Amino acid sequence: MRSDRASVGLKIAAGAGLAFLHLPLLLIFIYAFTTEDKSYQWPPPGLTLKWFAVTWDRPDVWQALSLSVRVASISTVIALVLGTLCAAAVSRTKFFGREAVSLLVILPIALPGIVTGISLRAAFNLADIPFSFWTIVLGHATFCVVVVYNNAVARFRRTSGSLIEASMDLGADSFQTFRHVILPNIATALLAGGMLAFALSFDEVIVTTFTAGQQQTLPIWMLEELVRPRQRPVTNVVAMVVVLVTFLPILGAYYLTRGTDTVAGQGK
Amino acid sequence: MTSAVRFTGASRHFGSVRAVDEVDIDIAEGEFFAMLGPSGSGKTTCLRLIAGFEQPSSGDIAIFGQSMQGVPPYRRQVNTVFQDYALFPHLNVLDNVAYGLMIAGSPKADRHRAAQEALELVALPGYGKRKPSELSGGQRQRVALARALVNKPKVLLLDEPLGALDLKLREQMQEELKVLQRKLGITFVFVTHDQGEALSMADRVAVFNEGKIVQVGRPEDIYYRPEVPFVADFVGSSNVLPPTLTEKLIGRRSHAALRPEAVKIGPQGHAAVVRATSFIGAATRVSVTMAETAMIALVPKGQAIPAIGDQVHLSWDADDLHLMEPGA
Repeated sequence: MRSDRASVGLKIAAGAGLAFLHLPLLLIFIYAFTTEDKSYQWPPPGLTLKWFAVTWDRPDVWQALSLSVRVASISTVIALVLGTLCAAAVSRTKFFGREAVSLLVILPIALPGIVTGISLRAAFNLADIPFSFWTIVLGHATFCVVVVYNNAVARFRRTSGSLIEASMDLGADSFQTFRHVILPNIATALLAGGMLAFALSFDEVIVTTFTAGQQQTLPIWMLEELVRPRQRPVTNVVAMVVVLVTFLPILGAYYLTRGTDTVAGQGK
Repeated sequence: MTSAVRFTGASRHFGSVRAVDEVDIDIAEGEFFAMLGPSGSGKTTCLRLIAGFEQPSSGDIAIFGQSMQGVPPYRRQVNTVFQDYALFPHLNVLDNVAYGLMIAGSPKADRHRAAQEALELVALPGYGKRKPSELSGGQRQRVALARALVNKPKVLLLDEPLGALDLKLREQMQEELKVLQRKLGITFVFVTHDQGEALSMADRVAVFNEGKIVQVGRPEDIYYRPEVPFVADFVGSSNVLPPTLTEKLIGRRSHAALRPEAVKIGPQGHAAVVRATSFIGAATRVSVTMAETAMIALVPKGQAIPAIGDQVHLSWDADDLHLMEPGA
């Protein structure tokens, strides 16, 4: 007989693990409400909401936030197109070097960001491309593509190939088949992949450091703020926003890809 | 008679594998035609050649007299019932059935009405709102059938459609398919590895082996008059006598087929030893060895069953020993 109840030791260990992961996050949140703005003093001498108003009125925060949202959006769109095409090619056709291509697509996410960053910077320099909004987007697209690819390739593998043949058999050409059969079947995977890609891009620091010009994305702005202490809790307010903005898509992606094991073409 | 599907010297090679090798078939309009063979014999590839999922490496395939050279699947007036049914999981049953009409641009009300009728035809009225995942295997099979038939194809292709069903359901569907085919008058081309299914349903059967058709004919021809040992062996468990034994028995050096039910165990005839017996319902299967050749005899109910190791004598009517081409 196996007991399904966890032992007390296991419960404590799990609790400790969760606390280790999430207590620092809680601290960040609490400091967003502190009345003291020079050093992070514990416990906070008082609580206030004024930092939200201060943050609201800071144009540099808005600039950084807007840049981050734009970069993340465009990188995600690029990743959706390229990642889906790549996944379709790898899972739908057989060609020489298919496994190698598959590995090469995934590699950027395994590489340390600093390597990706340096190599992109070197490449942009060589090609005489000035650092701009678009160089940041390109840098982010490298790892966003991987996330979309991974989600799409898994769904493609679960989608039976005979669905496409059935659609063609019933009179649909390639475009109609894509619109009426393939897209509905991979839509949730793409949405999940896109949300993860957006979240990854939104809080990326390392690659951005190497590929940005004068622009500051939100995470870069936060890094700068910590070095020059001035209205410190503003950073915490922004951090809270970042956590929420990235956490919601990840939660969404989790719910979208969960429980989809019986998707597509499990005919029998 | 018009030929619905005609293969002329059609081949399909995958690299060095000749999946379909110089096949000639002429399927008449309104015929129920079965392609029978073991897996890898080329029968499914032939079906895919008709559907347009494969293009012939050489030779030609014509549907109602029109060459299908370079015609994609979506421009052919044929529809397929797939082995795994291939129902669209994101659409409900009604929209699955109406898919072909939707692609053809039929208005929603029209295509839903037609889909309802098709569902009634396959005895699934009122199932339109369900998702394919909520149906049983047999029901999915019917939906796949309705989805193909609703487009009024000139030829309906069925790829082992009964393979995934249990025995009882399979027999029921065999009956229904036959009735449906008579009623609609559509040419059915049916691929199966089950000889019983092919013989009981089809007007004509083509037996495939290694990419070639080894015999085409009515089920009775295939069953009683196999032309080559492969057919005798594959279609039902016929005894295939080697040329040496045939020579000894009737003086002709040729393979010969002898159906188990034609073999009588009695006081006279050729000496044989009983190796095994097994009860199969209406009869008992007796495995014997005669002149070093393993043979099967069917002993009908009510007759004495010999014991294992017994010396018995086998006899048969001269007509039942069917000579076949040597080799092949």
